[in-house]
Amino acid sequence: MSAVLDTHGQAHEHGHHDQHGGYGGVMRWITTTNHKDIGTMYLWFSFIMFIVGGVMALVIRSELFTPGLQIVNPEFFNQLTTMHGLVMIFGAIMPAFVGFANWLIPMQIGAPDMAFARMNNWSFWLLPFAASLLMISFFTPGGAPGVGWTMYAPLTVQQGMGMDFTIFAVHLLGMSSIMGSINIITTILNMRAPGMTLMKMPMFCWTWLITAYLLVAVMPVLAGAVTMTLTDRHFGTSFFNAAGGGDPVLYQHIFWFFGHPEVYIIALPAFGVISQVIPAFSRKPLFGYASMVYATSAIAILSFIVWAHHMYTTGMPVTGQLFFMYATTLIAIPTGVKVFNWVATMWKGSLSFETPMLFAIGFLLMFTLGGFSGLILSLVPIDIQLQDTYYVVAHFHYVMVAAALFSAFAGIYFWLPKWTGKMYDETLGKWHFWLSTIFFNMIFFVQHFLGLAGMPRRVPDYPLQFETWNRISTVGAFGFGLTQLLFLYIVVKTIRSGEKAPDKPWEGADSLEWTHLPSPAPYHSFETPPVLK
Amino acid sequence: MAQTATTNPRQHYFVPQPMPWPIMGSIALFCMATGAVFVFNSHHGGWISIALGFMILLYMLFRWFGAVIGESEAGKYGKWEDVSFRWGMSWFIFSEVMFFAGFFGALFYTRVLSVPDLASLESQALLWPNFTAHWPSAGPAFSEKFSPMAAWGLPAVNTLLLLSSGVTVTIAHWALKENKRAMLSLFLFFTVALGVAFLAFQATEYGHAYSELNLKLSTGVYGSTFFMLTGFHGFHVTLGAIMLSVILVRCLLGHFKPDHHFAFEAVAWYWHFVDVVWLGLFIFVYWL
Repeated sequence: MSAVLDTHGQAHEHGHHDQHGGYGGVMRWITTTNHKDIGTMYLWFSFIMFIVGGVMALVIRSELFTPGLQIVNPEFFNQLTTMHGLVMIFGAIMPAFVGFANWLIPMQIGAPDMAFARMNNWSFWLLPFAASLLMISFFTPGGAPGVGWTMYAPLTVQQGMGMDFTIFAVHLLGMSSIMGSINIITTILNMRAPGMTLMKMPMFCWTWLITAYLLVAVMPVLAGAVTMTLTDRHFGTSFFNAAGGGDPVLYQHIFWFFGHPEVYIIALPAFGVISQVIPAFSRKPLFGYASMVYATSAIAILSFIVWAHHMYTTGMPVTGQLFFMYATTLIAIPTGVKVFNWVATMWKGSLSFETPMLFAIGFLLMFTLGGFSGLILSLVPIDIQLQDTYYVVAHFHYVMVAAALFSAFAGIYFWLPKWTGKMYDETLGKWHFWLSTIFFNMIFFVQHFLGLAGMPRRVPDYPLQFETWNRISTVGAFGFGLTQLLFLYIVVKTIRSGEKAPDKPWEGADSLEWTHLPSPAPYHSFETPPVLK
Repeated sequence: MAQTATTNPRQHYFVPQPMPWPIMGSIALFCMATGAVFVFNSHHGGWISIALGFMILLYMLFRWFGAVIGESEAGKYGKWEDVSFRWGMSWFIFSEVMFFAGFFGALFYTRVLSVPDLASLESQALLWPNFTAHWPSAGPAFSEKFSPMAAWGLPAVNTLLLLSSGVTVTIAHWALKENKRAMLSLFLFFTVALGVAFLAFQATEYGHAYSELNLKLSTGVYGSTFFMLTGFHGFHVTLGAIMLSVILVRCLLGHFKPDHHFAFEAVAWYWHFVDVVWLGLFIFVYWL
């Protein structure tokens, strides 16, 4: 980080210390207002939580290796499935993409930093405390909540004090998300360099703009839902109590009003990353840019009117089921637009298959599969058969892991040269991709069969007939888990001893961080706006 | 990196120096959350943790806002930063709107769906044969008598108070833009006073509900929605009144210029938001 060329070709010498403000050592990271520092912390935090949630998944899979109860008791099994979901969604996937947003949005739109640099710091530093509250619940009398990540009433009302820790953790996570989102929206709307019109922004910025809107709209609703749970638990309210005129199903409505947009909160930034990676390795601009923007917006709007497709079996008039079924199937259209656009971008492109592109193609195939199984589940008559079976587990892991996680891997390999100034090991990267893909399908493809055969989810024991597929799934899970240690090794190796990366290692990459900034990107980029054609 | 405002507003955006207050806020909230869990579950020490966390939070807010006010008065915020503040405050208010939307959703759901459903078909045949759907309702298992809160007593007075405070804050804003400082402070003071009066009446109303109407937080779903909606609103009025008081003090200290006073406007926006939520409450909780 010594000599830095700014966009006007003047050389600036920056001392290492004055770049980081007044603090050194650990305090640099605690007090930082720099979007790159904060992005880095988000990414490392999400990796730690990914490992924590992953270990929980491995205990779950170990228990399911064979019928009968052998490793954990059913109560603890339920706590693990609950915490695995909460940790992976709120601790791993969402912070990972906020990390990308922090690193990339200011560089891609030519801004000096995020609009609210200090609030940005707070958005991150709420997370470790929220995660601690979640983890503390394991050590309380009664343990962590064993209610499923959806935290349905009335089960939540009957839990021990671990539930209260979880509720407050959700409050802090929500605050963090809301502040982070307001920051992202304001940055995109107000900090673009002159000439960077909205319709010239890289697709990653567009998807995050819409994601942030969704977050600001639905996180407060989740906060309301868990607050009602809290008052039902301790202050005698009757929101979810039929004897007092309330309804447990009311919780489900409020939760899924948050929960379905949440799916797109996770998926849209993934789409954004893929929309940067595929054009770069196809050496063609993104096909149908404008239609991509409209499709993203359409998905966001539709996501508000489909929530009850998670509740077909909880008692709903047929008219309601039909409305939510039609609205849900409608989402297949803008999603299809996206998938076809990515394929059309590759059509007649000059393709090359470096690790980021491999993960992007893996994403494309497996996300399509997860999308199709979602379409199948959106149909009321089928869903009534498959509700709460492993088919659902398989479906949403294709979306959460093969789509969101794989796109995060694609993005990390893609931008690691820009972030660290070093190249990753291509051979090891390819190993990471192939092992992840094979093991992922070993875990989850077979779960479709289990679900169709009727194996229920969130249960620690099962009849003998399901054993074969469960064993394959468990072996796959351990393979997948170990493969992620290879990923950690690749990243550490890149940082410590990677080859020097050129400013623009990918021929087809065309956003500002590649064309206007050196590798590694300087600590402060675009203090004055770049000149755009 | 700190940069001073230059003549060209789009040249340098103010990116602040690192500061320790954000993590202090996280520590404060962590202490308060842990303390609250302890109190709710009857463990010792909860109140100490809450008090400690709250003091840390107050100190952190005081220092953080103090730094921002200092920067504002030092002229570090130009037009470019001003637009950021406007977007930020707008989206924050939108998130607050959605928070209340969740509770209004619960109210409409219970009134339109869950209470009528409990008095029909299987529920009536198998569980509560004597329950008939009506609103206000505390549900089929609630046996005590209670009276709902009437709309045209104190609540109507409160509506008048809050709407008037919306007018006075607008007059204060107009005075600020015309640089009529005495009028600004006076009408800002009226606004705060009206807000405090609103809260006092609200407290009286709660006392009345508990002591005479037998209307409590635990009075079935009517009590739940009534107290949670009006309670969260009252909490927001309290925050708004505190924010207005800070602005009043700043006005008395000579802060703000006719063309540079976004803090004032942000608080005024917030106050109008609180006002609009109250109208929703008055119509759907008290009146209809």
